[in-house]
Amino acid sequence: MIAEKYAKEIESLFERYPADQRKSAVLPLLHIAQQEYGYSSEEAMKEVAEIIGCDPTHVRGIAGFYSLYYEEEVGKYVLEVCNDLACALRGADEFIKMAEGKLGIDLEGTTEDGMFTLKNVMCLGACDRAPMLQCNLKFHENLDEAKFDQLIADYRAKAAAGDSEPTVVDKILIQTHH
Amino acid sequence: MAHVILRHRDVENIKELDVYVKNGGYEGLKKALSMTPEEVVNEIKAAGIRGRGGAGFPAGIKWSFMPKGDGQKYIVINNDESETGTFKDREILEGNPHQVIEGALIAAYAVGADMVYCYWRGEYMDAAYPAEKAIKDAYKAGYLGKNILGSGFDCDYHNHFGAGAYICGEETALLNSLMGNLGQPWSKPPFPAQAGAYDKPTVVNNVETLANVPPTMVNGADWYANLGTDQSNGVKIVCMSGHVARPGNYEVEMGKVTYRELIYGDEYCQGMRDGKEFKALLPSGGSGPVVLPDALDGNVSFEGLNDYGSMMGSASVIVMDEDTDMVWAALKMTHFFKHESCGKCTPCREGTFWLEKTLHRIMEGHGTEEDIKTLDRVAHSMQGKCLCALGEFAVSPVIGTLKHFRSEYVAKVRQAEAVPAD
Ligand SMILES: Cc1cc2nc3c(=O)[nH]c(=O)nc-3n(C[C@H](O)[C@H](O)[C@H](O)COP(=O)(O)O)c2cc1C
Ligand code: SF4
Ligand code: FES
Repeated sequence: MIAEKYAKEIESLFERYPADQRKSAVLPLLHIAQQEYGYSSEEAMKEVAEIIGCDPTHVRGIAGFYSLYYEEEVGKYVLEVCNDLACALRGADEFIKMAEGKLGIDLEGTTEDGMFTLKNVMCLGACDRAPMLQCNLKFHENLDEAKFDQLIADYRAKAAAGDSEPTVVDKILIQTHH
Repeated sequence: MAHVILRHRDVENIKELDVYVKNGGYEGLKKALSMTPEEVVNEIKAAGIRGRGGAGFPAGIKWSFMPKGDGQKYIVINNDESETGTFKDREILEGNPHQVIEGALIAAYAVGADMVYCYWRGEYMDAAYPAEKAIKDAYKAGYLGKNILGSGFDCDYHNHFGAGAYICGEETALLNSLMGNLGQPWSKPPFPAQAGAYDKPTVVNNVETLANVPPTMVNGADWYANLGTDQSNGVKIVCMSGHVARPGNYEVEMGKVTYRELIYGDEYCQGMRDGKEFKALLPSGGSGPVVLPDALDGNVSFEGLNDYGSMMGSASVIVMDEDTDMVWAALKMTHFFKHESCGKCTPCREGTFWLEKTLHRIMEGHGTEEDIKTLDRVAHSMQGKCLCALGEFAVSPVIGTLKHFRSEYVAKVRQAEAVPAD
């Protein structure tokens, strides 16, 4: 339950919007809930609706609208490779093929150990450093096959050691610290 | 020339408050606070700062539309930056965040707002650390919060993260998204200045637009107006991507640099990648029509591509070399618009679906002459029928490539027709 785990932070999240506009916190709350529940599960969306005090249908509609909320289970690390035009001109489609081969999955697939999900996404605003991907919202740029191997190895090592990277929750809640 | 916006490239660590202040930071705010709000609006009007989010609407005039007097008002900074090929606002907020905060504060003072929301695309969460620190430091030093610099002016500032939707860059969709509604545009009027965030008068400005404000306050409207051309004042950040040797952001004085110089100049991209021939470029991501080698003589300014049937837009320049398949490029861009259509109006939702499907068929080698006509027909039937500009942008890749590269379409369908279907 994020309501209990982050009670203080969520309260200060609401302080950023007019008092009668709790709905405004729906995006940050969904980011937090998704991190906690692994994806935007029915439970996660219901909890967000409860915190806001709105109909779960509304939260479901919102979650379905945005590409960063995953409606199905994903791996621990979500690798989202941009293959929009500017990146594709610099080899992003070939990069995805290579990544599919290395991970042994197709786009939208998750590795058997539940570690990685591979997706393609539209422009991420890093076209000058293609091929690039984001992994749990962290950018990795100017990639090639060797760097991809390293990146996968690094994330596997991190997972084995108990990942202490800042999570999406940290990033959202950093705002509540002032 | 020293950078006006990308100052972090000249001044190390300008993202830190003390370095920013040592280099003239927050002097623009101090000057503004010594003037009346009307005087500040007039200064920005006289400077002729035009919006950098794509449409080029004069910022001072937009501010002057805000109702006078008390009552809740908002400044909203547009950092959704999701147009294909655009990566300037991220660099500005990552490298020089105080300049944007200061610009937004000056805007807030000028229109009587006491709250700033900066709407970030969710994918930029990691790039937001310097800005988060900047906000915290600005609060501590008295540039944000109550009674700013002893002036009696109060203003708060918060970041708000989206979650992946290009349409949320459209200002009314952005406001809906901020309010926790579905991120779809509304039909204007009401304009944000009348009823924006939470139904209150609101100014929505692009990150780069606001970054132009502090140096203008410090150096004066004349200084700014003297940079650039009659219609395009100041400097512009150009995002160069695609088949160039040195992609990246470049700051140029408006009207002074041609697209040819940007691609081939030593200070800029240093030529095409692998020495290939230039074929075409998209000057404004997917939204502006594609242009040919003749347009390389056009300059970067709001009017610089008028003679070539295109526009600068947000200056996201995607360069393509001789080997680029233009039907493929049109499909990529059309896929983007289909993916990002918010689905509110039928011509945009259905039109982008059919455009993509038809392009796909042609690309796969199953197209016919009839499919080319379908593209023409669908694209033209969408024009003027959509609620927001996304629907207009969406036809541009198809109409532009059909105009200049029809032979590539024809070659593909002829080849398909020559191969008997199995
Ligand atoms: C589909 C669509 C996407 C847009 N995306 C952005 C964006 O990411 N950033 C931006 O500043 N303006 C974007 N705009 C333009 C905004 O609607 C608005 O004109 C702009 O934020 C106003 O700021 P300015 O006057 O400072 O340019 C977009 C418009 C449309 C139609
Ligand atoms: S034109 Fe497209 S993106 Fe704009 S409101 Fe209509 S459906 Fe949505
Ligand atoms: S096209 Fe891939 S980051 Fe912009």
